[in-house]
Parts: sequence; structure tokens; C-alpha cells
Amino acid sequence: MPSPKDRRYTREHEWVLVEDGVGTVGITDYAQDQLGDIVYVKLPPVGTPVRQMEPFGEIESVKAVSDLFAPVSGEVVEVNAELEERPELVNLDPYGRGWMIRVRLSDPSETERLMTAEEYDAYVAQEAQA
Amino acid sequence: MSDSTLLRTPLYDEHLRLGARMVPFAGWEMPLQYSGIIEEHHAVRRSVGMFDVSHMGRFEVRGPGAASGLRRLCTYAVDRLSPGQGHYSFLCNEAGGALDDIYVFRLAQDRFLVVANAANAAKVWGWLLSHLPPGAEPVDRHRGTAMVAVQGPRAVATCATALSPALASLPRRGCAELPWGEGALFASRTGYTGEDGLELVTEAEAGPALWRRLLEAGVTPCGLGARDTLRLEAALPLYGQDIDEGVNPFELGLSFAVSLDDGADFIGREALLQVRDEGPRRLLACLRATERGIMRAGYPIYHQGQEVGKVTSGGYSPSLGTSIGLGFLPPPLAKVGTALTVGVRGQPLPVQVVPRPFYRPPRP
Repeated sequence: MPSPKDRRYTREHEWVLVEDGVGTVGITDYAQDQLGDIVYVKLPPVGTPVRQMEPFGEIESVKAVSDLFAPVSGEVVEVNAELEERPELVNLDPYGRGWMIRVRLSDPSETERLMTAEEYDAYVAQEAQA
Repeated sequence: MSDSTLLRTPLYDEHLRLGARMVPFAGWEMPLQYSGIIEEHHAVRRSVGMFDVSHMGRFEVRGPGAASGLRRLCTYAVDRLSPGQGHYSFLCNEAGGALDDIYVFRLAQDRFLVVANAANAAKVWGWLLSHLPPGAEPVDRHRGTAMVAVQGPRAVATCATALSPALASLPRRGCAELPWGEGALFASRTGYTGEDGLELVTEAEAGPALWRRLLEAGVTPCGLGARDTLRLEAALPLYGQDIDEGVNPFELGLSFAVSLDDGADFIGREALLQVRDEGPRRLLACLRATERGIMRAGYPIYHQGQEVGKVTSGGYSPSLGTSIGLGFLPPPLAKVGTALTVGVRGQPLPVQVVPRPFYRPPRP
């Protein structure tokens, strides 16, 4: 299934959807499928500064733990508290209710360094073959 | 993923047909999961699931010297088993360290089946060849057979209906050989999930038919992922993670697998007598997280700021909804109720020593 075209993607399989200077961040459908059942998402508190391509949290599946990388720099203005009780939302709805944090962008031009949906889908197709 | 050096079980094509995610494990290409680890886990806890365990070593030992020959190698008095009985045992070195943890079944007066860990199959085979006396002949049944573990509260009833009514009357740890299809079916009332269930062995060619019969009977196929979460909840140690050649059965809390009072000698007996008399220097403890966060193998365990051990197996318990783990601790700290912390990537996770096992199925 092609990735949603309204957002940008990292090589580490996060997505960001920017609206009015605020970026909503989550992981892609491919990422959740690779991770398998997600059982814990560790997110930073509101007010935490994040930097593009630096870790902002951790995601634990039954199998393994992985870092979450910030697609954009800025300040965390909202955290998806629902994931505390229902981390499986990341599996069930990675582009919707499985979102993780909202970041007020400090440098909106950073998104240009991220992949478009078409670029990301090509990247994943290549990774899946490797 | 398509590493040509990996071995494939007789059920390999069945796994692909079911869309399993295949991974390398102990030299074999095995299913990690089908529908998802947690769903498969709950299928076993609540109903019935099955695992391809054909990668595990299977060796027959035959002959008039089979019983006494095996007794020399096993920590448990396997020569005292009656035909139709099985028992968990260790193969130890002279120092009492575990070469492998195994299951031994007595098929007949002069015929035994030894089931070994996949990762140790070659080692166990070599050990049998070099240590069994004349009159005890080892026969490699590993590649010629398929093995399926059917586990869960509905496992025995389902197998009795789908395969043979005789399976319903097997006692716990008991085993039998039954006619099935064109050939024979070995069945034992054993498993590695903490649930009631059966382990079945057929000729390799009959494996797919057995698997499909069970699928049609509504048994959920389960992969190595669920096998690991289930055995961890049952606090069953895994060779290569919790057990190695430097670990003895008393440290694992598995003295029921060691017979020191039947008068028979076996390799490692002297060392194990000493451990029993002096007490083990460390004990495998069950750790349960009291906050969110997940302990995993290799993470350090702290008591009052001092590192006192390492997590040997750890993860998420789908039945308890929290993280659990196993780790060796000095005996005074291995007592139920001890508060400890586990270093989870630099952050302290509070954990508590809890009774073994973590999960016990409700008695019907």
C-alpha cells in the first residue's frame, strides 16, 4: 500500500505531517509491520527540545527495542497519551491514532531534507529486497 | 533471509504457505510468527496452538545396555523410568556444568528417545557416540522425522479428536507410539509453554499431513516468538540464554532433574554432590517489573547501586501485561520480595523477585 502523500519520511521510518508550523510525528506502516506487536512507547514530556535525526524516544515490540528519531527540530508541544495504555494503536493505525508527538518546528526548511511518499516507497522496496 | 546454509524442516513449505515470517535460529530457517506473537501467545493460553519443533535433536538409544548407558550420561535416573514414561534431565560435564538440558522418554525396555536443543543437537549426538558403551546404540532420528508441539488447554482434546482417541489418556510426562496413517506417531504429554499439551513425532514425509490435520482441527500455528514469551512466563530456562556449560542444575532451581541418591554414578555426579551439600553460589530468579519499561537479556541487575547480576532472558509478558525476566543472583537476593533495579539503556527499571513461575494456568 502506498504511503500517504500528505507527509514526509525519514530513512529510519518515521513520518511527519506539518500543519500550521506544527509537525505530527509517527512511524510508518512498514516500520510497525517489521517491529511486530508493539508493547511500550517511551515518549519525552511536553516542552522537551528535539533535534532532527536525533533520538526522541524508544519503541519496544515483543521482539526488540528501537530508537525513535525526530524528523524535524523544535519543541514537543503535545504527546499522544493514549499510547501509554494502548501502544498497539501504533500497529493498528500507524498514520492516525498511533501518532506519537507534535513538534513546533524551529526550522520549517528541514522538511525538504526528508523523503516524499514516492521516494520513501522506493526506499522501502529496495530495503525489503536487500 | 534466503541463506542457503540454513537447514529447513519437513514443514518448511507449510510455513511459507501460511505466510510465516522466517528467521534463522540455531542453523535452521524457522517461523518467527504467523499472525503475530501476542495473538499466537493468547491462542496457546486460551485454546490451542502448535509449533514446528522439528529443529530439536531427536536420538534413539537402543539395545540391552541402553538404560544403564544413558544413566551414566544423565543427571536423572532415566533407567528407573518405566516404558511409556519420560523425564527432564541434564547432560553434564565432569564439573557439573550443563552440556544440554534434554527430555528422555523410555519407549520400551531397551529403547529410549532423547530430545535435545537444536543448538546442541550436534554436540549431544557426538556425546552419545563417544560415551555410550557397547550394547547401547544411538540412532540419529533428527532429519528423518518431523516434530510438532501442540499446546494449550484444548490441546489434548483436539489431538484426541483429530488424530487418535488414545491420546486423551496419556499421563503427564507419559509417552506412547501409535499407528497413524501409513506409519507411526510418537506422542508425549510434555511441552515448553507451561500449558497442558502434547509433543508429536512422525516420519518426515508424514509431517505436512499431520500439520494440516491439526490446522483443519482449528489449531493456531505459532512461531518462535510466541514460544519464547510462553516459556518465559512459565519460567522455563532456555539453553544458550539462561543455561551454558558453566551453569549447573541446582543454580537453575531444577533439582528435580538430578538423582543423587539412587546409588548410580553419572558424569558430573561428584561435582553436583558438592553443589548440593554446599548450596549453589547463585540462583536463577524470576524478576517482574513494577513500572513500565522492558528488561531484556544482557541488561545489568542492581541492588542498592551495586551490579549483582545480569538478565539472561527478558521481555514482555502478554499474559501479565508487564515485563518479566530471569537472571542469576546471589542466593540472599534471590528471595521472593527482594526489590532490585534493572538498567534499561541507562535508566533504572524497578523490579521485584517473584515466585516461580510467572504464570500458571488456572486449574480446570
